[in-house]
This record gives sequence, C-alpha cells and structure tokens, in this order.
Amino acid sequence: MTETAVVAAECLAGGRARAARSVLGQVVLPGEELLLPEQEDAEGPGSAGERPLSLNAGVRSRVRVVCGPGLRRCGDRLLVTKCGRLRHKEPSGGGGGGVYWVDSQQKRYVPVKGDHVIGIVTAKSGDIFKVDVGGSEPASLSYLAFEGATKRNRPNVQVGDLIYGQFVVANKDMEPEMVCIDSCGRANGMGVIGQDGLLFKVTLGLIRKLLAPNCEILQELGKLYPLEIVFGMNGRIWVKAKTIQQTLILANVLEACEHMTSDQRKQIFSRLAES
Amino acid sequence: MMVAQGRVEVMKAGKFLMYFEGDTSVLAGVYGPAEVKVSKEIFNKATLEVILRPKIGLPGVAEKSRERLIRNTCEAVVLGALHPRTSITIVLQIISDAGSLLACCLNAACMALVDAGVPMRALFCGVTCALDADGTLVLDPTAKQEKEARAVLTFALDSVDQKLLMSTTKGLFSNAELQQCLAAAQAASQHVFRFYRESLQRRYSKS
Repeated sequence: MTETAVVAAECLAGGRARAARSVLGQVVLPGEELLLPEQEDAEGPGSAGERPLSLNAGVRSRVRVVCGPGLRRCGDRLLVTKCGRLRHKEPSGGGGGGVYWVDSQQKRYVPVKGDHVIGIVTAKSGDIFKVDVGGSEPASLSYLAFEGATKRNRPNVQVGDLIYGQFVVANKDMEPEMVCIDSCGRANGMGVIGQDGLLFKVTLGLIRKLLAPNCEILQELGKLYPLEIVFGMNGRIWVKAKTIQQTLILANVLEACEHMTSDQRKQIFSRLAES
Repeated sequence: MMVAQGRVEVMKAGKFLMYFEGDTSVLAGVYGPAEVKVSKEIFNKATLEVILRPKIGLPGVAEKSRERLIRNTCEAVVLGALHPRTSITIVLQIISDAGSLLACCLNAACMALVDAGVPMRALFCGVTCALDADGTLVLDPTAKQEKEARAVLTFALDSVDQKLLMSTTKGLFSNAELQQCLAAAQAASQHVFRFYRESLQRRYSKS
C-alpha cells in the first residue's frame, strides 16, 4: 500500500496543489487543488535547462479545458468539490484540452439541461403538468410538448402517470422545465410510459455505468428474458417483462449489480438462465 | 496525547453513516438538496439545517446550541450558492457518548456530507482538548477526563490549511494555553484527515 503512504505523506505536507494528470483514476477529496498541464510545466522543477528561453514570458499558450461535475475553477486551478475518482477525456475534434470530471457516487439528482429523465406526474394545473423528477423542485411540462399535441388535441396524461422526457431548462436559479419532443418535434421514444412494469430507484453512478456504450450487463439481461427497459438519468429505472415474477427478478438483479463483481454477476445470470 | 481512532460504517441504505471515536458513536444522515418551505428559503444559497437527537430524552437547549455550532461550521464549508432555494438537512443521532461528543458529531457530519455528494470547498474535522488542573493537555478526552478537567476546548479545523472554522470552550485557561491547544489540535487533525482519505479510498475501491 505504498500509494496510500505516499498520498498520506503529501496530505501531511500541507495540501499543495498536485498535477491533474498525475491523479487521474485516483480518489480525490473536496478541497484539493489540481494543476492543469500547462501550469505544471511552468511550475515543474528541473526542466528549465532543456527548454529554449521564451521571449514573451508572460504569454502562455492557453488550452481550453472543460471543468465537469465535481470540479470548480479557482483562479487558474481546479478545485475539487466532491469526493470520487478523477477522470479525463481527450478532446475528440482538434483543439481544446479535454474534459476533467469527478466520478462520484450519489443518490440525489440535480436537474441538468439535456438529461433524459423519468418523472411522475403529481399535478395538473391549467396548461402545465407538475412532474416529480427527484430534484429539489417539481419540473413543469407543458401539454403542448408532446408529439402531435395541439390545443384541441390534448395528450392523455393523468396524475400518477410516468413520463420520459428531457430537460430544456435546468439551472440553479429557475424551475426546471421538461419536454417530451426533440428539437424536430418528434417524440423519439419520449412521452407517457405504458401500463404495467415496475419503477425503482438506483444510484446515479449505476445508471451512468449501464448507459455507457457496450455495457455487458445490458447485453446479458437481454439474453435472459425479453424485456422493455427505460433508464432515467435521475436514478429511476422502469422495467417490464412478460410476467410479474420476471419483472421482479430483473429489478432485483439491477439493484444488486452495483455491489457485485462481474464474476458474481455472471454466476447469477447463468443460474437464472437455467431455471 | 491520544489520537482519534475512528471507524466508519456505511449502512446499507447508502445514506447513513455511523462514526465511532473510541466509545462515542454518532449516526449521521444527509438529505438534500431538497425542497424547502417558502418561509425558510434563501434566494441565493441553500438553507442548511442540523438536527441533533440525544440518546435518551427530548432534545434540549444543549442540543440546540450544538446544532447551531455544527450548522455554522457546515455553512462555512458547503458551497450553498450552487443550490439556491433548496434545503440540506443533516440529521445526527447520538448512539453512545463517552466524551468528545461535539468533535465526533462534526466528523460524522463531514463524512455524511461527502457521502451524499454535497459540494464542499474543503473537508473539516472536530478535535477536543482538555486541560486538567496541572495544565496537562489531553486530546480526545473521555467523559471522566472532561468532567475533571479545568477547561475543555473543541475546535473545528478545515482540511486545506488547518484553519480554524469554529471553536467552543468551557472553563478557565490562559491565552498561551489556548494557542498550545490549538496547535495540538491542528496536529491531531492530520490524523483525522488521513483517516477520512483512507476510508473513502476503501469505499471507492469496492466499485
């Protein structure tokens, strides 16, 4: 466990800023400051002899780094605000310095623009529905924000229905607003979720893991039983299989997935496939 | 000088944390950012509420004053401006009290906030010092040592520069003794922060 000893020594040394690149994949704690690659060159020791002396010492090439969830800009450094593993993604197109973010585990959802979520209709007031999305405020959903909805042709939405939609307005200062159509006016899978099925809640980290491309869990689930499944980024999953028993099994397996290693999961799937 | 030996257990619900320090243990849970009553909402930051329940009996004035101290410490550290018009509630239940209770509550509250994913600008910890009749400094005193001490001082320190966030003191002590206790608390806080780091790394290594 030399890593923890080194890290503990640094912590005792007084929490000076570390280079972001050196901490990738490690657990970072709130309060730590991270240096971006360009600064680390300027402040790193011993390399001055090999670099040519620059005539404009004040101008540094600015690389645009995106600061994701769990990080805040603090001067020209990054301040960690949540505990988790530090991740980095290289920029896909040219230019930019990529994205840094902290992968944290939490259950409470905070609305983000563009996220697809599952909400429960709690009230109908005039022209809008109030939808509970698990955040601090219920989101508002206009009755015209459904495919093919007009003032005469209202959508058939009752209190208690499940809605799959995305946020168009979601910031800390305003009430979140969601819609069930995309920018072209098509439903694209969004709208009222059908009858039956089971809605249950998991942590946000598990949802992100399941929605990652090439997720093994989903492929294995699909081979097990034919199913319909909807993932909401607010930690809610709706699942429906042929019988109630199969639905419950799927729900239990998904909830347990978080704490199992891939071997244990494969064992459980093979046992279920046999029975 | 005693050093805090803590142990953290994350209960199955994932939202509750139990923090043990010697024989003192406190159960902490954080709810939020959640809906807030219009009368309590603050337009530009989150409303922080702390509820401290004693082991037996109804909460009284001592609990209210401890709640206030914990709330003031948390408000200095939590980035409330990111969640205006919401409420963040910290619920602390005392399971057993064997001395250094306020420090244990502060540690439990900090770990619960980190666990719930509430954005913070630093971590914080609580350290208790007791000065007995002949001026000897004892860190993390037991209940018996606290009762017999001439002065009991509790400090809340932050993780970035071990700056003082909150201090509450009871008893007689000189200015020099205060500085001495503060220095000892700052040194001891390093152990607590190392413990935080180890337990959080252990938690994330399971996933």
